[in-house]
Amino acid sequence: MEFLLASTVGLMTAAGVYLILRARTFPVVLGLSLLSYATNVFLFASGRLAIDMPPVISATAQGYTDPLPQALVLTAIVISFGMTAVIVVMALRSYLESGSDHVDGVPDRVAHENLESVPGILEDSR
Amino acid sequence: MSHWIIVPILLPALMAPILLMSARHDIVLARVFSVASCVALLALAISLLQTAAGGDVLTYELGNWPAPFGIVLVLDRLSALMLVLTAGLALAVLLYALDGADRQGRHFHALYQFQLMGINGAFLTGDFFNLFVFFEVLLIASYGLMVHGGGPARVKAGVQYVIVNLVGSTLFLMAVAMIYSVTGTLNMADLALRVPEVAAHDQALLHTGALLLLLVFAVKAALVPVHFWLPGTYANAPAPVAALFAIMTKVGAYCIVRLYILAFGAGAGESAWLAAPWLLPVALVTLVLGMVGVLAARRLGQLASFAVIGSMGTLLTAVALFTPQSLAAALYYLLHSTLAGAVLFLIADLVARRRPGQADGLSVAPRFRQASLLGGAFFLAAIAATGMPPLSGFIGKLLILEAARPHAAVLWIWALILSTSLIAIVGFGRAGSTLFWKSAGESGHFPLEGARDSLAHVAVGLLLTGSVALTVFAGPVSRYLDATASQVFRTDHYIAAVLRTHSPPAGEIE
Repeated sequence: MEFLLASTVGLMTAAGVYLILRARTFPVVLGLSLLSYATNVFLFASGRLAIDMPPVISATAQGYTDPLPQALVLTAIVISFGMTAVIVVMALRSYLESGSDHVDGVPDRVAHENLESVPGILEDSR
Repeated sequence: MSHWIIVPILLPALMAPILLMSARHDIVLARVFSVASCVALLALAISLLQTAAGGDVLTYELGNWPAPFGIVLVLDRLSALMLVLTAGLALAVLLYALDGADRQGRHFHALYQFQLMGINGAFLTGDFFNLFVFFEVLLIASYGLMVHGGGPARVKAGVQYVIVNLVGSTLFLMAVAMIYSVTGTLNMADLALRVPEVAAHDQALLHTGALLLLLVFAVKAALVPVHFWLPGTYANAPAPVAALFAIMTKVGAYCIVRLYILAFGAGAGESAWLAAPWLLPVALVTLVLGMVGVLAARRLGQLASFAVIGSMGTLLTAVALFTPQSLAAALYYLLHSTLAGAVLFLIADLVARRRPGQADGLSVAPRFRQASLLGGAFFLAAIAATGMPPLSGFIGKLLILEAARPHAAVLWIWALILSTSLIAIVGFGRAGSTLFWKSAGESGHFPLEGARDSLAHVAVGLLLTGSVALTVFAGPVSRYLDATASQVFRTDHYIAAVLRTHSPPAGEIE
């Protein structure tokens, strides 16, 4: 289970870092979401991995799992969920106001010329 | 247990929903409530400062849960000082915003109160997950304030700002998870007790977590190489927001001072002074980059942004020496650079408003309204920001240079602080003479009619008065700061107060 969890966190982080380095806002938002998922799993694992253990005191329990990371993860999930909504709205607003969905800089002209061969796509982007 | 300690968080937290629900259609009502809240916060902060000046570390246990099981708020000299600075800056900047900036978009006052709640919370909390929560509160409010008024350039800069800070928050959580996984605590005082006891095979994890946390605070404090978000954000934010953001970089500096002296300081065993070898070179590079940026800036707003980066470099150079004397100097410079940075953004905006078409670009253009008044204000602000005598920047830099004398890298520190001061003087001198002197010879003029912006001038005047007052009362202020710095370094007092154990007798600290 340790290997599965560690490789999941690693894979999601790697994918997230790759995506937030992309030029356009949509992959960046996806990357931020992936990073926050990776963080949540990582945060959860900081209380050590335990199966079938209760987090609160019970008379029949053999042992306990650490309840604190679970509470932290709840807070982190709520905040990252809200923040994803904020960044989506701001990215949309930025796209509508400036006509470009690039995070920084301007769309590549060469790529833009290539787009002319695709019928109808330039009308959409305007 | 005094309940007043939590009021700097509760007051704006209650005022913001009132503004949002009851006063959203009535700008006069919103302004009255907002100003009243800021005045009350200032009065409260000053009375808390007087309480804290006695030297006791006061704690407030939320829900009466004793630390480390519950969340504590801690009031000592340092956090009281930061509260006063925040409240004073917020009141002056709010006065500036009343001159029309608050009507360019919606919910300015509510977001402003939420922002103050987050900042005050970050200064008061004694628990580093709670610190994360307050960071989020102040960031979420700042996202709203940053794009207040809208416009393509501002929203685009806002998106970049949000992305950078979301990545920062992710790193913060990762760091918290790492530190928690080896120490099993989130309370800063308890952490300080557990760090020296961490097993040898867990040291690497602890250090990784602690340095990741340093990286997060460095993002907030705009240190190289994670400073890149600041010029775009500050130069594109509405002026009052940029001026209020002058305190946000200091939140990062405050957290570095608090955590890396308390938990990773003298008593941390193998982790002692973990931040020092990283912080000093980075702070010096930041200083150089900021001041060179001042020279290269093409707009007054950009110049102010780079001046903020440079001042953060100076401030953290002093912090990175990690001695009580250097910390006192750093705190004096912190007070000064917050005021000087904020006033530069306000002046840049006043100039931009008077030069339609040119805005705050550093170009020779015809005379504009109130040029001599603004020129005078800019002159004073530039003297303060560059650290020339007689204003507070000079005293701050002098204290830092003096504090750096015993340090091994003294030559580097002296050489870089002095030479970058010269660069900054050239940069500010060029900007001021282009904007205010060379323009006098040009024919024609910008519209000479328009709003008088009297409240805006009051705000600029208040901030400059703050800088002058820091100079005039430098003696009492630095005595208080010396006491503050020595209290910060007496970590045993802090830990005993938070965990309610008996305080060890004086003189036992190594």
